[in-house]
Amino acid sequence: MRIENHPILTFDRERRVTIFYNGEPIEAYEGESIAAALHAAGVRVLGYSSELHRPRGFYCAIGNCSSCMMVVDGVPNVKTCITPIRDGMRVELQQGKGVIR
Amino acid sequence: MKRCELLVIGGGPAGLCAAINAAKAGCRVTVLERNPLMGGQLVKQTHMFFGSRKQHAASRGIHIAELLERELAGLQDNVELLTSTTALGIYEDGVVTAMRGEERYMRIKSDALVVASGACEKSLAFEGNDLPGIYGAGAVQTLMNVYGVSVGDSVVMVGAGNIGLIVSYQLLQAGVRVKRILDAAPRIGGYLVHASKVARMGVPIETSCTVRRAFGGDSLEAVETVRLDGDFRPIAGTERIIDTDVLCISVGLTPLTELLAMAGCDMCYIPQLGGMVPKKDENYMTSVDKLFVAGDVSGIEEASAAMVEGSIAGICAARALGHEPADADAALAELRAQLDSLRAGPAGKHIRDGVSQTAL
Repeated sequence: MRIENHPILTFDRERRVTIFYNGEPIEAYEGESIAAALHAAGVRVLGYSSELHRPRGFYCAIGNCSSCMMVVDGVPNVKTCITPIRDGMRVELQQGKGVIR
Repeated sequence: MKRCELLVIGGGPAGLCAAINAAKAGCRVTVLERNPLMGGQLVKQTHMFFGSRKQHAASRGIHIAELLERELAGLQDNVELLTSTTALGIYEDGVVTAMRGEERYMRIKSDALVVASGACEKSLAFEGNDLPGIYGAGAVQTLMNVYGVSVGDSVVMVGAGNIGLIVSYQLLQAGVRVKRILDAAPRIGGYLVHASKVARMGVPIETSCTVRRAFGGDSLEAVETVRLDGDFRPIAGTERIIDTDVLCISVGLTPLTELLAMAGCDMCYIPQLGGMVPKKDENYMTSVDKLFVAGDVSGIEEASAAMVEGSIAGICAARALGHEPADADAALAELRAQLDSLRAGPAGKHIRDGVSQTAL
């Protein structure tokens, strides 16, 4: 959910773009990180761990902890918390370490 | 191989102040920042800073980031800013490697380095602590204050230090219900002015209490809390289940010193400063020649101190490269006095104790 009214901040939401999460279109705004856009759309699970297949979400949101890695346009291990969205971007859940093609 | 005179790793308050001061002295500076925005954690800090006007007290962090960026823009002939660029390593020959985005690998050789890589949030060990919905307090702040995305319906906050209290207040401002703030310590660690503010808005703060378990399928649904005795042992029978879709962890920060360790800097473990930190001289130079540090990477403090340390490191790095900044000695004396004043009083005791053990 996006915050509409804030006592201090205003959010720049001029350009709407569409990204694809596991093939499903999600509306987002230019300037958002992938993880923020997905969270706004209610997506919290970004991948599954390699050994026990436990769900993974972001933890630090500043590009440090590596808990938010997903497959983006076919590239695995992209830190989605610090990667800005682009119109038409394809984002997929990552299983374990992902596969480098 | 890319060449530059001074390379600054980290575009937060420390790195930007280092870049500004070195560039003003005539030094050519390149700044690497792994986030898409410059400003480090200032870009999400909507609260007004305490301290002195010299470090922009009474301004909000977000506005300080803009001020520093404007100052840098005025020095653009001497400054190159590379965002979305992550430094990966510092090698024996002084070469720094970095990734720009996902594709471009860079090697950079500079005549001097300022490492201002900052800190990361600590985690907490308990059953189920990896469930989505359990986030660092800083992460929640980024989500809501940088991107305007609400983190969830309700939040339980672990940690009643300044970050836990401030982020709780900011969650309330964003319309999120904060159910409870817990702290394992027997008393509130943050400033009482922040604690009173959230308490007045109806948020209970429970000391000697922590989280023990988290429950949920694919994401968080509830947490179990427990009260602690004087030795931080759980008291049987005091368990309580709280339904919540977000648990926020605010149990302190630890310096991001991997690059310094790799570069061979002498390190030491100082709990008061958040963990492993580099040894340094009064000019903020480490045991490695012309490798300077500033900000949280050299010990966890506030952004105000990071800006002052960055300014000191920037001036000293420029000097080490043969530039002579105007009135450098007077400027350095003034900056050192500012640090002493920021660290004065009982709230700064742990910092003074910690810093006194890091001298080379």
